[in-house]
Amino acid sequence: MKPLLEARDIKVSRGARQVLSIDSLTVDKGEALVVIGPNGAGKSTLLLTLAQLIRPSIGSLYFNGHSQSWDKTLAYRRQIGLVLQDPLMLSTSVANNVSAGLRFRKVGRQEIERRVSHWLDRFGVLHLMHRPAHQLSGGEAQRVSLARAFALNPAILLLDEPFSALDTPSRTRLLADFQALLTETNQTTIFVTHDMDEAWLIGHQIAVLLNGEIRQKGAPDKVFAHPKDPDVAAFVGLESTILGKVVESNNGWARITVGGKSLEAVGDVNPGQDVFLYLRPEDVTLWAGNALPQSSARNQITGRITSLLPRGPLVHVVIDCGFIIGALITRASLRDMDLTQGQSITATFKASAVHLIPL
Amino acid sequence: MELIREGIKEAYNLLISLDPEVLQITWLSLKLSGIATLISLLIGLPIGTLLALGHFRSRRLWMSLANTGMALPPVVVGLAVSILLWRSGPLGGLGLIYSPGAIIIAQVIIATPITVALTVSALQQLDPKLQLQLKGLGASHWQLIWHLWLEAKLPLLAALMAAFGAVISEVGAVLMVGGNLRGHTRVLTTAIVLETGRGEFALALALGIILLLVAFLVNMTLTWIQQRAKKA
Repeated sequence: MKPLLEARDIKVSRGARQVLSIDSLTVDKGEALVVIGPNGAGKSTLLLTLAQLIRPSIGSLYFNGHSQSWDKTLAYRRQIGLVLQDPLMLSTSVANNVSAGLRFRKVGRQEIERRVSHWLDRFGVLHLMHRPAHQLSGGEAQRVSLARAFALNPAILLLDEPFSALDTPSRTRLLADFQALLTETNQTTIFVTHDMDEAWLIGHQIAVLLNGEIRQKGAPDKVFAHPKDPDVAAFVGLESTILGKVVESNNGWARITVGGKSLEAVGDVNPGQDVFLYLRPEDVTLWAGNALPQSSARNQITGRITSLLPRGPLVHVVIDCGFIIGALITRASLRDMDLTQGQSITATFKASAVHLIPL
Repeated sequence: MELIREGIKEAYNLLISLDPEVLQITWLSLKLSGIATLISLLIGLPIGTLLALGHFRSRRLWMSLANTGMALPPVVVGLAVSILLWRSGPLGGLGLIYSPGAIIIAQVIIATPITVALTVSALQQLDPKLQLQLKGLGASHWQLIWHLWLEAKLPLLAALMAAFGAVISEVGAVLMVGGNLRGHTRVLTTAIVLETGRGEFALALALGIILLLVAFLVNMTLTWIQQRAKKA
């Protein structure tokens, strides 16, 4: 099956600086592709290029297998729906904003009215229909902006960090509504974000964009659990980066020495090889005092707490055990275990929690 | 004080008695300045839009020219238009000198830099991402421009008011190219100059008050439209 949208050899420059270099990026029909990357990675530039709103210095865009002209973009632009981070509203009523794209396409009056009501209703803002759009709150405006894009029944929906400017409760509710709609309508979507939770929730495929290049693309569990290189690993939140040496390996299982200690890990590596080890803090369990861990975890190491850093409702415990690892625990656990800086502690984690990247 | 009181009384009498000559002068002032403002809008809006949205090299140069043009001395415009339209001048054959047409030409030249420069600034005040959003909604070239104009309607109406205000109150160029011919090219400003010169201060003051009243009524109408648009 041909991909619905394909970008090939796209390069975008700003002055002398190249800000985007994409060898190939494809989206299949019905797929939700999340492009994830830190600020300044070129995510918005990529999205606007895919919307043909930025003209690359070179590159081709194929829609339904047909190459799209960069001079005449109107026909293609009428196949997409665009939602920006800042839901820019025309200074007219909510209904007129939602109908704008339909009026551009000369859709009939009755059909416009039907679609406007339907989509405002689906996003729970039908009651705001006759309100001046400039009086909406941030959350309401973004709902109207999404309704405006969905009303076009676009072949591809392009969204640039649509939830990042919202407060947490509005964001959580809207994200859930949006995800449900995507699943229900099987809408082909390209969604740009720097937020890992949004990527997990929405993406069938994740593309990690760093410094204008796509460094890894795949299913979310694959990308998040098995990042291809140290930069991707650092971005997707595998924070403890430890350098070790493989001493023994057998059928995807490996024993590695790190800072004089021995750890078990899962991965295709060879004895003698130098590797980076990555560990998610949420995969590490802590045991204080003399309590012996009753756990199936294959790795059990002792160290000293160097710092306790608050992280919202959780606490990030940094432990020096010849190398540095981190663990996330709840504030309740912190109180129960009575942890303090300098205290000795045992950390356990499964061999499968350790991700290996050969040097 | 006596002079001012006399002036106000005279103006009141002229207005109440619907003096035919005063009415004719007032109507001509309104008509010529209104036509000139509309023509300057028809020229200035597209040029200003091109300068605000276009990407071409000489854009800044043209924008500087428009901004300079806003400070164009009207006497210089009057001189240039006079030379062009003079019977032996390059456009003398048109026979426009000392005609209402000549006044409109001079006023268009004075008003157009204002409509160009203020259109540029009105469109540049809009969020640049609005263009992206409109294109992303599938707007064609003309649909995009039309919606940007609608979004900038308040400052665009202000541009219209500024242009009208500049030409209705202008006297130098109008006097030079129109000649202040009674019943033909005499407008409120040139009539005031004439009556002041003749020592008819009360009449001049009366005409001045009528000019202020006319300018006020036109601007009040435009302001009313502007503020209604703001509420909508």
